[in-house]
Amino acid sequence: MKLSEIRDVLEGSVLVGEDKLDVEVTGGAASDLMSDLLRNPKEGALLLTGLTSIQVIRTSVIAGIGAVVFVRGKHPDPDMVAQARGHGLPLLSTPLNMYSSCGRLYNKGLKSIR
Amino acid sequence: MPNLKKKYEIKAKDFIRAGEGAIQTQSTLKSIGFEPDIVRRASICAYESEMNVVMHGGDGTLSLTVDGTWIIIEVRDNGPGIEDIDLALKEGYSTASTEYREMGFGAGMGLPNIKKNADSFEIHSGEGKGTYLKMAFRVSENGE
Repeated sequence: MKLSEIRDVLEGSVLVGEDKLDVEVTGGAASDLMSDLLRNPKEGALLLTGLTSIQVIRTSVIAGIGAVVFVRGKHPDPDMVAQARGHGLPLLSTPLNMYSSCGRLYNKGLKSIR
Repeated sequence: MPNLKKKYEIKAKDFIRAGEGAIQTQSTLKSIGFEPDIVRRASICAYESEMNVVMHGGDGTLSLTVDGTWIIIEVRDNGPGIEDIDLALKEGYSTASTEYREMGFGAGMGLPNIKKNADSFEIHSGEGKGTYLKMAFRVSENGE
């Protein structure tokens, strides 16, 4: 699924990566536990999270995450945005909660990474 | 493959910078041209062990050595050490504070995950002695 479609399905906005809207993600993962992502990394996957710490960016870079969606209208701070930009990691934000976000994406065909 | 050695400082409790050494390690390994799988495994081990030092250890260092057919990552700290290593290697066992759990870590998955991803893994620790971790990754002849 392309980032542009994810943005539309989640009624969200793109915070970093306006130039990467045609990039396809390879599957979806939802977690506030960064350890989970390090345990089962999948190159190019979409991460949905409610966590907004700088470790979300670093964990995503290490685990090869393709793009991050912050749920419940959460916004990363400017330092996180700058680091994501530096690593070419797209960031999106959606007003929807975690459950609805996952449900909508799953319905549209974005499967779990496992 | 070129031989090289790099070293990064790790500061205890510095969550803002935690993981920068691992990120640098990842970008060094990528730029040398290693295959994605070995880069991912080595980076995950570097990151997990760096986070462990920040959360549990004292100050420490992360060093990367590329030596012929091996990528070697060594992490040492002068923290309190691990009392029971077998227990620490058990999935789900953790002594992390609520603060770190809220940041998405401390689920007791770090050391088991390091063991899983490294081709060779050594740990030396004891109460009051700090902790030393050596993780090695074998580079196959075609760079994988």
